[in-house]
Amino acid sequence: MSARDDILARIASALRDAPVAPAIPRDYRRATALTGEQRLAQLVDRLEDYKANVAVVPAAAAAVTVAQLLAGASSIVVPEGLPSSYLSALADLTDDGGAPAVLVDSPARRLTVAQLDAVDAVVTAAAVAVSETGTIILDGSPDQGRRIISLVPDRHVCLLTMDQVVEVLPEAIALLDPTRPQTWISGPSATSDIELERVEGVHGPRTLDVIVLS
Amino acid sequence: MSGTFLGMPVFGTGNLNATEPFPTAAHRELGNAQLRANLGHATHTIRDKRLKVVSELPDWEDLRNAGSAIKENVMARLPELLETFEANFTARGGIVHWARDAREANEIVTALIRATGETEVVKVKSMATQEIGLNEHLESQGIEAFETDLAELIVQLDRDKPSHILVPAIHKNRSQVRDIFLREMPGVDPALTNEPARLAEAARKHLRRKFLSAKVAVSGANFGLADTGTLAVVESEGNGRMCLTLPETLITVMGIEKLLPTFTDLEVFMQLLPRSSTGERMNPYTSLWTGVTPDDGPQNVHLVMLDNGRTAALADGMGRSALHCIRCSACMNVCPVYERTGGHAYGSTYPGPIGAILSPLLTGITSEENASLPYASSLCGACFDACPVKINIPEILVHLRGVDVDSRRRAVKVPSEMDLMMKGAQWAFSSGKHLGLLEKGLPLGRLAAGRDKLIKKLPGHLAGGWTQSRDIPAPPSQSFRHWWAANRETKEQA
Ligand code: SF4
Repeated sequence: MSARDDILARIASALRDAPVAPAIPRDYRRATALTGEQRLAQLVDRLEDYKANVAVVPAAAAAVTVAQLLAGASSIVVPEGLPSSYLSALADLTDDGGAPAVLVDSPARRLTVAQLDAVDAVVTAAAVAVSETGTIILDGSPDQGRRIISLVPDRHVCLLTMDQVVEVLPEAIALLDPTRPQTWISGPSATSDIELERVEGVHGPRTLDVIVLS
Repeated sequence: MSGTFLGMPVFGTGNLNATEPFPTAAHRELGNAQLRANLGHATHTIRDKRLKVVSELPDWEDLRNAGSAIKENVMARLPELLETFEANFTARGGIVHWARDAREANEIVTALIRATGETEVVKVKSMATQEIGLNEHLESQGIEAFETDLAELIVQLDRDKPSHILVPAIHKNRSQVRDIFLREMPGVDPALTNEPARLAEAARKHLRRKFLSAKVAVSGANFGLADTGTLAVVESEGNGRMCLTLPETLITVMGIEKLLPTFTDLEVFMQLLPRSSTGERMNPYTSLWTGVTPDDGPQNVHLVMLDNGRTAALADGMGRSALHCIRCSACMNVCPVYERTGGHAYGSTYPGPIGAILSPLLTGITSEENASLPYASSLCGACFDACPVKINIPEILVHLRGVDVDSRRRAVKVPSEMDLMMKGAQWAFSSGKHLGLLEKGLPLGRLAAGRDKLIKKLPGHLAGGWTQSRDIPAPPSQSFRHWWAANRETKEQA
């Protein structure tokens, strides 16, 4: 008998009292009770609580905000589907060595781990954000890229639009495609393993900048 | 299914057995003042954080009710859900293996690593691999496993054992951690201070090269979603993301009870788990993957589904809900016994109130050392109140005490070594105000059950509480917490 058949037979034997599978009461909140403005304020509050940096700016100011954050960086990586308008102000940087080199990770030209380890930052979009928990979810779409590019660089700049912000987790789950690889991010990497004192920045990006386009 | 073999339950093996009875171990651990101070600080801090974030949610009880029903549903439909999960995970390029016990799981993982030609693997914190003793097995086979979670790294460098399922190094303070790093980390800055931020940075440097060059990773899984074949790992530091993303080969070991029926059910458990566990609204990182994603992450993806006594626990109609556990550790952080003894006293990978029921259910109550675990509790009920999936731990403790007593009665044995140790422990516990707690909750109950005459010598309210609750799982007449509060006041004034 294979281990599989053996285990399934053990389970059948264990369940010979035929327990009933109960109906699942879903009385918890599954839709938002907040306005867009309230959700935005909540998202900012929660992300700042996690020590992420948050900027809320008009969509037209996206490029300038990105450029301000990346002043001083010598190179950055972006997924090939990131709107080029987000990066259009980088060329105007003149201080600290000028505009950073922009490496594009595309199916035709995959960056190596060593290349990613050498860049200063990654810029991505996101799939959805949950204001109640301060969570940003990436699902590997072309404007977010492979999981590795938002992991290895030490700084992650993530752009969101207002219509991507939901209040409660069930709303986000309903929007997501489960078969895409997902990364849920709630602040920069952190540990509380030593005397429960929270320290931001272990193995994941030590700095998380979130730009919400209003 | 009339042809199904209705066999005896097959119990689990590995790091599930105490190496000594709970009272003996508890007595030694109670002598460790540093441990008690660290534990007290840690459990209180997490407890307060948990209460704060739980009280933020107006629908917390609705989430608990949903979580409890979903898990009950999983147990009732386990064969069907396992097969659905397997079909979906396989359809997307993952490979599923089944392991009856610890030995079989270790052999499967070893063979998978051997096939890659590698002799080093990186690991994400996983209770299942700790339960089966994977690291020790790999070492015996010439494969080095590097733990990458900060607390696991501390424990591994110090050749110690984790003492808490969430913060495994909860028993070490910052200076002890610095000393371990200075002693065991090659190339560490000799001027390293004991600031947690500096210690975390030292760990980052130490592990970064390993992550960037690792070819094989081993992980556990918090959830397996049957309707999509998706696995989930919940973490904080990013070491999980590193292990799940960078290597070519990923081997995950997951207990068969970790399934949820649907992807949608994650919306319940990802609200319950972080708040109950670290007391955060959400943990920093959660990763989800479904088999292989072409061009993104590991391309050689395996899952080992582990029984190791879980089917035996499932066969116990009263105890089966112990398998609902999502390993949040809330029950430990509220437990008056755990707070004083720490996790090591329980011996098994699973400490605290959940360990006191899960370990004997997995190994069988007839294991002499684990038979003492159901007595490692005062039945105060704090664990039940804290549990996000509403496992009635006190009721199962009482049930297992009954099973233990029955098996002893059948055996009609003369006082065993166990009884004598209990007697010794009783004497030891009777001095010192901290020991007094355990004396009331633990060995007297044991003696009362095993040797009828002694029951009469017990203080009335305790014996009353015990005998009432031995056969029927009714709550004790006086809440232990009330009794303890009153009693402590008197003692501390004395
Ligand atoms: S028994 Fe409940 S409270 Fe304890 S670890 Fe498991 S899920 Fe958490």
